[in-house]
Amino acid sequence: MQDIIKVTGLTKKFDRFPAVNELSFSVQEGDVYGFLGQNGAGKSTTIRMLLTLIAPTKGEIELFGKKLQGNKHEVLSQIGAVIEKPDVYKYLSAYENLKLFAKLSDKKITHQQLMDQLEMVGLAQRAKDKVKTFSQGMKQRLGIAIALVHDPKLIILDEPTNGLDPQGIADIRNLILHLSRDRNKTIVVSSHLLTEIEHVATKVLIIDRGRKLVEGTAAELFDPSQTIIELDTFDNASGLAKLQSSRWNTMLQPSREGLIVVKLDKKDTPALNRYLVENGIEILSLQPRHSLEDYFLQITSGKQHVEAFTN
Amino acid sequence: MKIFFRIALVLLTACSIQLKAISQDMMPLIKKVKEKLDKVNDYTASGTMKTDVAFIKAPLGKVTVYYKKPNKFKLKKDGGISILPKGGVTVTMNNILNEKDFIAISAGKQMIGSFMTTVVKLVPTSDKSDVVLSTLYIDETDNVIRKAQTTTKENGTYEIEMSYGKYLAYGLPDKMTFSFNTKDYKMPKGVTLDFGDEDKAKKEAAKAKKGKIEITYSSYTINKGVDDSVFSK
Amino acid sequence: MWKLLQIELFKIYRRPRTYIAFGAITAMIAIIQLGLKVDGKEYMEFVMADLGSTFSFEGNLLNGYFVCFVLLNLLLIHVPLLISLIAADMISGEANMGTLRLLLTKPISRTEFILAKFFASAIYTLTLLIWLAVLALFVSIAVFGTDDMFVMKNYYAVQISADDVFWRYVGAFGFAALAMITVAALGFFLSLFAENSIGPIVATISVIIVTTILSTMSIPLFNAIKPYLFTTHMVTWKEFFDEKVDAENNVIKGTIENPDRIITSVIVLSLHIVAFVGASIWVFKKKDVLS
Repeated sequence: MQDIIKVTGLTKKFDRFPAVNELSFSVQEGDVYGFLGQNGAGKSTTIRMLLTLIAPTKGEIELFGKKLQGNKHEVLSQIGAVIEKPDVYKYLSAYENLKLFAKLSDKKITHQQLMDQLEMVGLAQRAKDKVKTFSQGMKQRLGIAIALVHDPKLIILDEPTNGLDPQGIADIRNLILHLSRDRNKTIVVSSHLLTEIEHVATKVLIIDRGRKLVEGTAAELFDPSQTIIELDTFDNASGLAKLQSSRWNTMLQPSREGLIVVKLDKKDTPALNRYLVENGIEILSLQPRHSLEDYFLQITSGKQHVEAFTN
Repeated sequence: MKIFFRIALVLLTACSIQLKAISQDMMPLIKKVKEKLDKVNDYTASGTMKTDVAFIKAPLGKVTVYYKKPNKFKLKKDGGISILPKGGVTVTMNNILNEKDFIAISAGKQMIGSFMTTVVKLVPTSDKSDVVLSTLYIDETDNVIRKAQTTTKENGTYEIEMSYGKYLAYGLPDKMTFSFNTKDYKMPKGVTLDFGDEDKAKKEAAKAKKGKIEITYSSYTINKGVDDSVFSK
Repeated sequence: MWKLLQIELFKIYRRPRTYIAFGAITAMIAIIQLGLKVDGKEYMEFVMADLGSTFSFEGNLLNGYFVCFVLLNLLLIHVPLLISLIAADMISGEANMGTLRLLLTKPISRTEFILAKFFASAIYTLTLLIWLAVLALFVSIAVFGTDDMFVMKNYYAVQISADDVFWRYVGAFGFAALAMITVAALGFFLSLFAENSIGPIVATISVIIVTTILSTMSIPLFNAIKPYLFTTHMVTWKEFFDEKVDAENNVIKGTIENPDRIITSVIVLSLHIVAFVGASIWVFKKKDVLS
């Protein structure tokens, strides 16, 4: 399986501030690769470096088995990108915009192909209308049409759901799944919205403050068979002490807001429940927490921010 | 007593006779020149005109000159702009000589080029005349005026110098040079919008005091009739 | 590169803002021509006041050639401003609109991109100047007729025969085109450093105004740098309207008094253009696109 993207030791410093710090990862053919991180973690900067918008301070980028440096032309003609919210020329029509950007790719694109592309994103009716009359969702769809018009092998989406309504977000999700499963495209999608990545990604990279925290398959990272439970009891301190001296000890997670947190296999939940009852730990509430969100906050600096807010 | 009065009377008479004699002396000459000029009722002449002023660069122009007795004169440039001294080059010999009342005074002789001329000063007697004084340099051999200096009330002092050739018999010149005084040329930069470097040589030339108009006549068509409409502006 | 140039020209001519400049020039010229047509006599009397006391002029002094000369003089500051509107927005406008980041993910070389954009703004400048020429020269001739041209400089006046004028205007407009392209190159360069439209436009205009002031004031302190300022050389188009005279002060038709000045200015302006564009390429190649 070819490495579509291979990044080694990537670093970018803005005035000595390292926005990306010794980042290494690889994306294989067919992956839906999720970049996860808070705002300012370095996702956009990394993506822009892949797309030659920003020059790395250090490190190597290989795309399609070739070094990016020196093969820009070849490499970029096989990539389609939507970077943040898609901005096009408002004083031109949808068709004119699509044609303009299509012309810049190395392939010859016919009028029919352009119309087909607009049809695919549901804009064929509005082809001749000026983009300044478009809604955000329509501009998004146009952006996608532009990214796909030259049938690229690799599609990079940087925060594609920004500013979209739930329908728009669902559309993006479906699109990614379609492109991956039906059209065999390799996709890199970055977001700070965990739920979105969780639904589509086959592999995930979590970045925090420019560094890689975790890289792995979705299955490895968010095991749906596991769950995290937050317990609120009459006496959390003694309850915690009891659990610490039991077999449940290894599954204990750091307390949050004074609550007892346990990470365990879903199927063990009844057993925990029984243990608590048998040992006189009186339960006020028992809440399963969304695994990925917690995991994410746990391992990134987000936790500190949240704690700072609540304290 | 009687003798004293007699002598005085004789002397006075002698003086007046003398004065009259002096002016009478010049009048025949003036008359001869005028007669010659009067032979021409009208003419149409073509020639080239050059405006020669140190601070003006002007191209040579083709001109047509019209004249009709006694004092209709028109200088027309064939296309283009003509730059002439104020008052125009219309003050011709005839204007000067047409003064009905003037006193002609002899002022000796002078060489103009290779020609000997008699210098005659004309002073108009009437106050209404624009001319204050005219000095004519008359060539007695051909009865033509070779040079004239005129001081006017309105238009300053100018000088006309003429050289003759083919049309000497009519008293019409081949070349006429009209000299006049000029003011310093100075234009504010706000008007010219010219912010270039100062050229010292040009700056000095702008202070030139004199200018010339030279008309070189190539041909005259004489006494063939000229329509009056030509002279209306 | 041709493909890129086509696209850039397409963008320029489809954008409504482009036509502001054409409209503005039309309005300004129309107003001046109207004013001169109505009050021409008074204007000529004012301008000729000094000479008029010694000389009388006959002929059509206020003719199309003269009016065009007046127009070119008056529009000296205005046309560069209008050119900045487009040129100084070439890169910053894309950044502002957000399209720059999408353009540069396409397989196009940054050098070609910058050159295509610059040539497009140069072509725009040329069309603006052609429009200016049509209005200032041809319409003036239609309205005011033709005759010899009478130009007054600081220390002397020049009369050019009517049949000796037209080629001078060809030269003058050609030179003006070069001068305006220099302005465009400056604006273009400055537009690399901002992500909004206003900043580079104001910067370009400020540079032009300040250097024009330095160029036109006769202060010894400024004289040393004057020859290197492009605004000093932008006015050399006027040298087309000066003639040589021979020893007898006769005008030699078809000549220019100081052709060396024209050549020098052409070289200086061309060097400025090469410098601005070269610097633009260098800066752009290294630029991180954050917009």
